[in-house]
Amino acid sequence: MKRILQGLFVIILLASVSFTVHAQCKGFAKKICKLELIPFIHDGNYHAAILTEGEEAELYKTFYSGQDYRIAVCGSEALGNIEFQVIDAYKNILYDNREHNNSRIWDFRLESSQQLKIAIKVPVGKGDSEYPASGCVSIMFGFKEK
Amino acid sequence: MQRRHYSMKIITILSVICILFLTDCATDKSKQKQKDVAIEDFLSEDDIFDDISKAKKIFYSLPSPLETAMLIKSAGAEYDEQLLNPVTNAGNYTSNRSMALNLGIYTTDLSFASLFDQTQTSIKYMEAARKMAEGLDITDAIDDETIKRLEDNLDNRDVIMDIISETFLNSSSYLKENDRPAVATVVLIGGWIEGLYIATQLVEDNNIQGNKLVDRIAEQKLSFKIVLRMLAENQKDQTGTENKDITELIADINALKNVFDKIKVETSEIKVEPDATTNVATLRSQTKITITPEVFKELRSSVDNLRTNFVQ
Repeated sequence: MKRILQGLFVIILLASVSFTVHAQCKGFAKKICKLELIPFIHDGNYHAAILTEGEEAELYKTFYSGQDYRIAVCGSEALGNIEFQVIDAYKNILYDNREHNNSRIWDFRLESSQQLKIAIKVPVGKGDSEYPASGCVSIMFGFKEK
Repeated sequence: MQRRHYSMKIITILSVICILFLTDCATDKSKQKQKDVAIEDFLSEDDIFDDISKAKKIFYSLPSPLETAMLIKSAGAEYDEQLLNPVTNAGNYTSNRSMALNLGIYTTDLSFASLFDQTQTSIKYMEAARKMAEGLDITDAIDDETIKRLEDNLDNRDVIMDIISETFLNSSSYLKENDRPAVATVVLIGGWIEGLYIATQLVEDNNIQGNKLVDRIAEQKLSFKIVLRMLAENQKDQTGTENKDITELIADINALKNVFDKIKVETSEIKVEPDATTNVATLRSQTKITITPEVFKELRSSVDNLRTNFVQ
């Protein structure tokens, strides 16, 4: 009986660890990254994942002419400054946050509608930990009412 | 004592196996997603997608219901409540597919009504969206408190938009973090189609050429490519099992592909113009849109058929 209880405890513990890891990014996006969008209105879309240092991600989105947009790219504290670039269909780099003091946000408006790519990289840390750091990375978009 | 030690050893070994199993599942899921991305076959040389790396995490973003409604309004559209999906239809939706599609549709209708200050309609559509979310077992996305907050802020459009944005974020994050990304995709596509339906219906036959709203509709060709990619990515789940709702949706959506193929949207390179005073950069470029009145009418008819299929 005692062994069954111990086994159950381990299973519940593992399930709750797995759930917490998932739930962390939702909370991180809502409570931390979304604040970066103020005074813009968050579009309501959710783009977040757990990334490890050195890992890269890409997001594709159409941005429309005449609209004012804000991109916010945020990472958990353990990941350091998340690097991001905004790239057009001609592969031109329109914005690189490393050239802007590692800013988490970029505000822009478009003269004509365009499909853009947001390329993200979690930098490799300089810590002496044996294991690479992991944490939530969230990409959020805000716009202004016209 | 020795027996107890032996039991603990077994539990430890089992725990390690469980952890390895969980890690392996996550890796397999990632591999499957990368494999699905590679299935695509509609790339063109000027396409932004042509250098997608299979080793990276890829996100696709469609205009949300709120952004869709905003784009329609900013193009000069008028409000017409007759175009919304009646809330009385909410009871007809019992399958996961219909509830997911209509969660997106009702959220776009809700956003559209809110942007035009139709407060009582907004409450009705928030209730309809709540019904769909509950039917999909999305807990806590829209609750009594959400409705009360909406009722308490009927004269404050900023707060209303924040409520809509937050409820949509709650739904999509809940679905994605509970391994139901395909349902999240269907919700988004439902909302996007509803926006396209409202916009196309608002254009009169004698006002197609030179109409800003028509240009906005034609530009949806850019987002349509994202729709196709999102569907392809979710056609199989992490175990490799086909998602029949997505397969059905791909077949339905293909009717639009034939029409979008007749629309041309050409864009020039972008020149970035920073503004140190406002900190808002302007991305200067040109877009050339080619859509004939006949193609527009064909698109309107295809969208109407698709939307009728979704709301019936």
